[in-house]
Amino acid sequence: MKMNIFALPRFSLRFVPIWRRNFMVWKKMAGSSILGHLADPVIYMLGLGYGLGGMLPEIGGMSYIAFLAAGTVCYSTMNSASFEALYSGFARMHEQRTWEAILNTPITLDDIVFSEIVWAASKSLLSGLAVLAVIWLLGLSHSPLTLWLIPLSLLVGLCFASLGLIMTAIAPGYDFFMYYFTLVITPMVLLCGVFFPVDQLPPLLQTVSAILPLTHAINLARPLLNDVIPPQFLWHIIVLLGYALLGFYVSLVLFRKRLSQ
Amino acid sequence: MSARNLRKCYGGQTVVDGLNLSIRRGECFGLLGPNGAGKTTTLRLLLGLIEPDAGELQLLDHAVPEEARGARLRVGVVPQMDNLDPDFTVAENLLVYGRYFGMSDKAIEARLPELLEFANLTHKRDAKVPTLSGGMKRRLTLARALVNDPEVIFLDEPTTGLDPQARHLIWQRLRELNARGKTLLLTTHFMDEAERLCHRLAVMDNGHIISEGSPRELIERNIEPQVVEVFGEHAAAWAQSHAAQHAQRFEVSGESVFCYVQDAQPLLRELQQRPQLRYLHRPANLEDVFLKLTGREMRE
Repeated sequence: MKMNIFALPRFSLRFVPIWRRNFMVWKKMAGSSILGHLADPVIYMLGLGYGLGGMLPEIGGMSYIAFLAAGTVCYSTMNSASFEALYSGFARMHEQRTWEAILNTPITLDDIVFSEIVWAASKSLLSGLAVLAVIWLLGLSHSPLTLWLIPLSLLVGLCFASLGLIMTAIAPGYDFFMYYFTLVITPMVLLCGVFFPVDQLPPLLQTVSAILPLTHAINLARPLLNDVIPPQFLWHIIVLLGYALLGFYVSLVLFRKRLSQ
Repeated sequence: MSARNLRKCYGGQTVVDGLNLSIRRGECFGLLGPNGAGKTTTLRLLLGLIEPDAGELQLLDHAVPEEARGARLRVGVVPQMDNLDPDFTVAENLLVYGRYFGMSDKAIEARLPELLEFANLTHKRDAKVPTLSGGMKRRLTLARALVNDPEVIFLDEPTTGLDPQARHLIWQRLRELNARGKTLLLTTHFMDEAERLCHRLAVMDNGHIISEGSPRELIERNIEPQVVEVFGEHAAAWAQSHAAQHAQRFEVSGESVFCYVQDAQPLLRELQQRPQLRYLHRPANLEDVFLKLTGREMRE
């Protein structure tokens, strides 16, 4: 039997001890991690929301800060997962050789890559919860539908962790990640309706926006905050899941290739 | 553990080329070879971490790489490069690693005192990895490889970069493990290490095994029993004109001449008449065999 780098991933529960390892590391530096990844987006949201929001009319029946809050949930979960999958994932794979140590045990590469995605998504979940807590505290939404933002944070995390790992799999070093953040993440933030509605964009850019995963995340989050069941929610979920599965598969193939060298 | 006709190529270059190997339960087997000979690749193939281009592999009654996971449950690995978790303490490293084998926290905690004792790290239980010395880190890596109580232990250059005290302690520990019935497979380029520890050795170069046997057999089979090393600025000139008369074989390396002989007496008498030359007479060792088999030129 020939091992095939294009073989479909094999799932098992063996990712759990790796997740626990990452959690143990995280606990040791939870303070700075919370400040960096959780407080930062909230500060932006409050600053822009109140500062800029004071000069703006309501957008689609929402105050600007509520509008921005929906974008911030998605944007901060995307960022958490991306940073974790790229920088921390690369450190574990390359610099600290954590993966190498794990591969000498009965755990396989499929388990490791899956654990990276679930772990990065766990951090997204935490980011999402932090923003959600602020939304509730400030009374920006009173809808029970906002509880759906919790699984949404996880889904957005899975999606961007998977996509980010593709970069990690081909990265020669940390500097490489600047391309991804500058050429993918930053344009995505501006094209997908975090700060302003997508219909403000020229038609061509609206078409581009429609295929980007962050747009679909925001199209779910914003109505939820506004106490509305998102139109076409199944479609948006399928797109996000599709990106997650595709990213997982492509990154796994690339990691298999990289680590068989 | 066995390999038959093993071959592995990387980008057109054959790193392991038709390798045959068979290691018995309970023995300490050494894989010797210069850098780039294919030692580490062979270990990775045996563990099922990379796939061979040809050949058959068997590890603890499991076909590798197909059933490598089952085999790795019963194997411990001490890698060449340190890959301990720098964020964790000594005890946490062992705990986290044991979990990868599916062990319960309770089972790992029960093994901790014995593992720490074995690694002489009981007093460092709660020290963070970056505060450990090189020797301590290597001992912790060895203890980590034992967390699942493996039957076979792979050691990739286990004492490279350690000071003599640290090396001797590692050697002592490896002999203890072997005495407890563990099979050891180690790679090294220290001949004294191989000679002290290994029951059997294989010398590898360019992806093949070029000689195999016990340290003594390798010496008897491959080289004359006596060596006389001659040093000094006149040594090379002396060798050109005189060495061949008294030595079966000689090699000039810089200002040293290595003479390999069955009987050293005639050569020693000759050298005693030449006070400008310094010399050293000793029995042939594994390093002589190694250099004869793999050549004296640098491998870079």
